[in-house]
Amino acid sequence: MTGAQAAPPLTKTLKFIGAHGRALVIGVPMWWLIVFFLIPFAVVAKISFSEAVIARPPYTSLIEWTGEGAMLLKLNFSNYAYLIEDSLYILAYWSSIKVAFFSTVATLIVAYPMAYYIARAPERRRNVLLMLIILPFWTSFLLRVYAWIGILKGNGIVNNILLSLGITSEPIVMLQTNFAVYVGIVYTYLPFMILPLFTNLVKLDNDLLEASSDLGARPMATFFKITLPLSIPGMIAGSMLVFIPVIGEFVIPALLGGPDTLMIGKVLWSEFFSNRDWPVASAVAIVMLVLLVIPIMLLRNAQAASAEGSS
Amino acid sequence: MKKKPWFLSIAAVLGFTFLYAPIVSLIVFSFNESKLVTVWSGFSTKWYGKLLEDPQILGAAWISLKIAFVSASLALVFGTLAALVLTRFGRFFGKNLLGGMVTAPLVMPEVITGLSLLLLFVAMESAFGWPAGRGLLTIIIAHTTFCMAYVAIVVQSRLVDMDESLEEAALDLGAKPARVFFDVTLPVIAPALISGWLLSFTLSLDDLVIASFVSGPGASTLPMVIFSKVRLGVSPDINALATIIIVIVALGVAIASTQMKPARDS
Repeated sequence: MTGAQAAPPLTKTLKFIGAHGRALVIGVPMWWLIVFFLIPFAVVAKISFSEAVIARPPYTSLIEWTGEGAMLLKLNFSNYAYLIEDSLYILAYWSSIKVAFFSTVATLIVAYPMAYYIARAPERRRNVLLMLIILPFWTSFLLRVYAWIGILKGNGIVNNILLSLGITSEPIVMLQTNFAVYVGIVYTYLPFMILPLFTNLVKLDNDLLEASSDLGARPMATFFKITLPLSIPGMIAGSMLVFIPVIGEFVIPALLGGPDTLMIGKVLWSEFFSNRDWPVASAVAIVMLVLLVIPIMLLRNAQAASAEGSS
Repeated sequence: MKKKPWFLSIAAVLGFTFLYAPIVSLIVFSFNESKLVTVWSGFSTKWYGKLLEDPQILGAAWISLKIAFVSASLALVFGTLAALVLTRFGRFFGKNLLGGMVTAPLVMPEVITGLSLLLLFVAMESAFGWPAGRGLLTIIIAHTTFCMAYVAIVVQSRLVDMDESLEEAALDLGAKPARVFFDVTLPVIAPALISGWLLSFTLSLDDLVIASFVSGPGASTLPMVIFSKVRLGVSPDINALATIIIVIVALGVAIASTQMKPARDS
């Protein structure tokens, strides 16, 4: 503290930080997230009750000042009524939930044996395998989805192989179908499922498995009676990490899906960018958030359960 | 442990093939001479040359790198503070709220995050005139917010694993909390900080949806340019770009993992 006389403002700041350190350290991340994560949802909720107008910004204000200085609150439910009236939105929500559900199940089926294999591998190999799971996650998500266009399209890699082997006589249409969307989702979200499953399976007590086999249980019985039930928290956590973001997924249906691939993320996008109807886009987002409340709570509980298990 | 069932090994091999085949195909066809990306017609590096002459892609790449560097650095500071507060500060008012706000951005659909931030920026601009317009600054704020959640998770798990008695010993010996953090905690969690920063950097570099919402005219990021090209169909120069990104990432991860080895043993 040599600069005590030379730079009183700095010393003052340092002293202030010393005295209020705890509050500051808590306050900085807390306020940042309140301002840029929590409050935005309130803004979206507010705008979902306003009317679209051709202006900047393109929505009406909820609060109007009458001539006498009184305040008038105008809540406009027409955006929500519109979501119910036009079957497009209900169909899009329903189809997003369906796609998210089936792709989560598919991801779980692909991920479980991989996570199990890695968890049972010798420790040195385990780290290499884990690295191999995480590595694709580090390369561009957009470009990995793009790679599937080349693989699945009419004159793409899969069709070229099938044609040259004589398995089909003409190319199979795979791109711009829901099948391509499922492949893209399973592919990009696989690490999110494997990692929580692995963390769960690697903690599995070997004594339990040995006890089971000593008592004469066949490996399959041991798996279904011990391993599978004990890995349920990992399965829930992984499933929610896939299900929740897939509900609002935009890039995968936009690049791999066809015109009849209906997903709510795509609807919100075009409502905002093509129709420039901010209030309806906000209402779409609010309904999506409401749908996601239960899955998010499930995720929180599963994570809390696995945190208790590890300590 | 008994020997593994054969179908488990087969499932694992198929799974890893599934993960890597698309990446390998991107790289292989970036050296294809033909413009038809998936029909092999001979080795060529001409698409790399074409890429380096494309001012739109180079400009967007430079914008994205600047955004990613600033966002990752800010996210590192805020995310580390959040992790520290959640693991070392005991109970305080709003702890559950902070915990929730740190987890939620990880799963929040990007269209919702993007839309909500844009509407916030517009409302703030009409209320206090800041941020004036949208561009680099608004993208940086948005990226910092979702990246700090990733940093917080990575650092938090490292802090939970760390032996707290080290910090307690330093405190007992009379060190101030800030000094304990910089002299004891920081060196131990350094690997987590490095991977948190790298993860934030790549996530920011990769983001299309949120940036599309909050960016303004003149601030097109690399994913925005790639997306508009890719929507029109496959193009070999995008394969070349993907290969360059994959090589850089693989090198970065390899370097980071050799740097982290000694720390893990300690």
